[in-house]
Amino acid sequence: MADKINIALAGNPNCGKTTLFNELTGSNGYVGNWPGVTVEKKMATWKANHDVTFVDLPGIYSLSPYSPEEVVSRDYVVNDRPDAVINLIDVTNLERNLYLTTQVLEAGRPAVVGLNMCDLLKERGDVIDSKKLSQMLGVPVVEVSALHNKNLDELVNASLDASKAGKPAEGVKCFSAEVESALQTIAGLIKDACPAELVRWYAIKVFERDAEAIQPLNLGKDVLASAEKAIKAIEDDRDDDSESIITSDRYDWIATVMDACVKKAPKKLTTSQKIDRIVTNRVLGLPIFAAIMILVYYIAISTIGTSWTDWVNDNLFSDGFFLSGQSQAAFDEAKEEWSSNHYADQIDGYLAAAEKAGVNTDGVADAIAAEEPTAEDEATIADFQAAAEKAKVVATDVPVHDDDGNFVDTDDEAITEETSDGEPVLAEGQELQVIDKVDAAGFAAALEGKAAEPDEHDFGSFVDSIPTAATNALEAAGTSDLVKGLVVDGVIGGVGSVLGFIPQIFVLFVMLCFLEDCGYMSRVAFVMDRVFRRFGLSGKSFIPMIVSSGCGVPGVLATKTIENERDRRMTAMLTTMIPCSAKLPIIALVMGVLAGGSDMWWVAPMFYFLGIVAIIVSAIMLKKTKPFEGEPVPFVMELPDYHFPSIRSWALHVWERVASYVKKAGTIIFAAAVGIWFLSNFGIAGWDGGDGAFGFLSGMEGVPENYMDYSILAGVGGALGWIFLPLGFGNWQATAASISALIAKENLVSTFGVLYGLGGATENSVSMWQGFAGMFTVAGTLHVGAMCAFVAFNMLCAPCFAAMGTIRRQMNSGWWTAFAIAYECVFGWVIGLFINQFYELVVFGSFGIWTVIAFVLLAAMLFQLFRPAPKWDKKDEKILDSLAEDVA
Amino acid sequence: MASLRDVKVGESCTVSKLTGAGAIKRRIMDMGLTKGTKVLVHKVAPLGDPIECTIRGYELSLRKDEAACIEVVDIAKE
Repeated sequence: MADKINIALAGNPNCGKTTLFNELTGSNGYVGNWPGVTVEKKMATWKANHDVTFVDLPGIYSLSPYSPEEVVSRDYVVNDRPDAVINLIDVTNLERNLYLTTQVLEAGRPAVVGLNMCDLLKERGDVIDSKKLSQMLGVPVVEVSALHNKNLDELVNASLDASKAGKPAEGVKCFSAEVESALQTIAGLIKDACPAELVRWYAIKVFERDAEAIQPLNLGKDVLASAEKAIKAIEDDRDDDSESIITSDRYDWIATVMDACVKKAPKKLTTSQKIDRIVTNRVLGLPIFAAIMILVYYIAISTIGTSWTDWVNDNLFSDGFFLSGQSQAAFDEAKEEWSSNHYADQIDGYLAAAEKAGVNTDGVADAIAAEEPTAEDEATIADFQAAAEKAKVVATDVPVHDDDGNFVDTDDEAITEETSDGEPVLAEGQELQVIDKVDAAGFAAALEGKAAEPDEHDFGSFVDSIPTAATNALEAAGTSDLVKGLVVDGVIGGVGSVLGFIPQIFVLFVMLCFLEDCGYMSRVAFVMDRVFRRFGLSGKSFIPMIVSSGCGVPGVLATKTIENERDRRMTAMLTTMIPCSAKLPIIALVMGVLAGGSDMWWVAPMFYFLGIVAIIVSAIMLKKTKPFEGEPVPFVMELPDYHFPSIRSWALHVWERVASYVKKAGTIIFAAAVGIWFLSNFGIAGWDGGDGAFGFLSGMEGVPENYMDYSILAGVGGALGWIFLPLGFGNWQATAASISALIAKENLVSTFGVLYGLGGATENSVSMWQGFAGMFTVAGTLHVGAMCAFVAFNMLCAPCFAAMGTIRRQMNSGWWTAFAIAYECVFGWVIGLFINQFYELVVFGSFGIWTVIAFVLLAAMLFQLFRPAPKWDKKDEKILDSLAEDVA
Repeated sequence: MASLRDVKVGESCTVSKLTGAGAIKRRIMDMGLTKGTKVLVHKVAPLGDPIECTIRGYELSLRKDEAACIEVVDIAKE
């Protein structure tokens, strides 16, 4: 066969279509979205013949014009004209499945019907006469089992034969006599306007007054008016609208088919019903749901998923790792012993004592810190040692520091309070841990000891991290610092932020796909619907929000399971407002400032609470705006039988989700990370002694440690700072930190470290708390409101690039992505404004124009929250309705 | 006139007419709730809404507001 053949797979949700698709195609598929909607589009070629392409249409119950899934399906079948359509039917639910079949057979394409799950039917004791069924439907019928890969090739061959014959299915004469005659009349009117095989299809659409479907025919007013007469007569006769008459007649005809083709065994309680008796039980339903969600969360976010993700982040992208646990343990032991000697503290203490004693210490610290000491460095150190020994310098009571750079007490506990001079504040009975005495010999030993820091490579089986390996390779190749910085910090750093999430996403989707495939997700919606309907969302919005408290990326991806497009978009937009694990260091920073690390346990829950309230408030407000308004979505939903998904389908399902994340999100994050790297590493050399030239900052002569002050990012931060003035943090550092937090939220903390020259200080370091608090301190007063506004803004505003990339992929529309991100930023800004202005008003009594604006915005928000939902226009207005009025 | 909303758990009934219009009505009918269909209400969700019923041999869940659009006759204890 030289020609390419397209075969569409149509069927109800849960009829086994995805399993069939996977069995036929393997995993060579393309997964994307249908143009303009968030509905998934899957295409792949047949394993047995790559000239045959299967298009997996979304699972639908009908070809009505009311959901995007149905519209893309019928547009594809009618307009894109696949060579054949395979309609897969779940025979355990034959009656409702045949309803879609009656419509598919009218669409003017060659069609074949596959009867799936016949084995289950036999177990039940029912018998189906497929020959008779084929006769009544007028198309070939093949019994298959998608799960056990039985007869699938026969099904495809039947469809290939049908496409070769090129004879479109005629559709069944399923309507009552008077409707059939009206359809004849309409067919006569429109037969010149459409292709012959679609006359019946369009006649029915005209009868149903489906304006959208008949749009392309451009029917004249007179044609529609005479059609209207025929329709009206039947409507009056049957006392029902035409759409309902069509639907009713289809089901009535199916009832006759059922009588003719199926012999039913007496009914028993199925396994599925037995499971449901417990799972959606009135008393046990909610606790079981909570238990399952906690389990999913626990495994994906707290344990396996996170430990894998941490492993990738810490080892592959940061420190490197040991292949054997033994070497790791040996190294850890050596390292611990090395740090317990506090060599650096001994050196610092001795230097300070020497300076006090009048010994020249200029350049000594730098010489000691040099990675590859020159002869000059060594001479400096030797001269100092000689001079200090002569002056008999002895340092006493040298305090020691932990890995966070904090003082420690005699119980090895970090001291989390310091005066503004950097002196530790001790509690009653607490004693500072010190080294009693460092003399000249001690100093020499410390120098030697410090240099002998255990090296991973000496412990065997050590693998360098990717950045280290890349740095080494680039250095060996002799590339410039610029290229090295771009590749290691920009590219690998950016890609690493994407790849680091994969283990978590993988673990999460292993579980979510199982819950989805086995049928539990629709029970979740059943159990939780009541709660979420109050905020204008459905029960299914709950799952993405739970997931987002771990990571927004899988959270946004999990919105896939929400059926309604408006809810899906809204949930994808709002779900990242829940604090994810990367935002925790920021919360820890605030806790440190406010409470000095003591147990102010309520601070962290407050931010989760803020996230939840933000989502509820946003959902209620947005529901009353144009893009999200509309009739409440019908919650008429099938609760499919439980079944254990085939491992293969399950695995492919997970693979699809993970692969699409890497592909789509990856490209955006990559570009953004490189962009931010450029902004923060390039700038004008404006420091003392700088030549004022533009270029790669760290590659320049005499670059200061806080070179970021001179970067473009600093300029951008300065230029944008005014936006945040009303929120109390208009300085460029806060703005620049917020921008760099877009790569990953935890960057906020490390950027502060760089901006304030704090080096490796962490969110648990007292010096970091002081630097952070200093940013919000004006004339010696700490403005807590401004600080909380800053944090609230960073919690609620645009998420990291990884999440934004995922939103872009999920929304499938640049406009919607821009809207989502803009909304998040504006909302975060307004909440920040409230916090700062109201705090200032209450605590300092300051009142200004921004206080007034804050009150006005609050009033507007409350109005939008509590006003009744506006009346929406009927979306399904029908052209024919208005025409009928014209005629009358 | 009784609607499906009034039917208690464990009772069955027959659909006599669908009120309402547009997407909701079409959706309800697409799922097989047409005139003359036999419905068995067999569960209420833990929070009292939605309800679950058996029609045409499968399980369907719908909200009470939607059930109110479905007029029924012949309510009987199953």
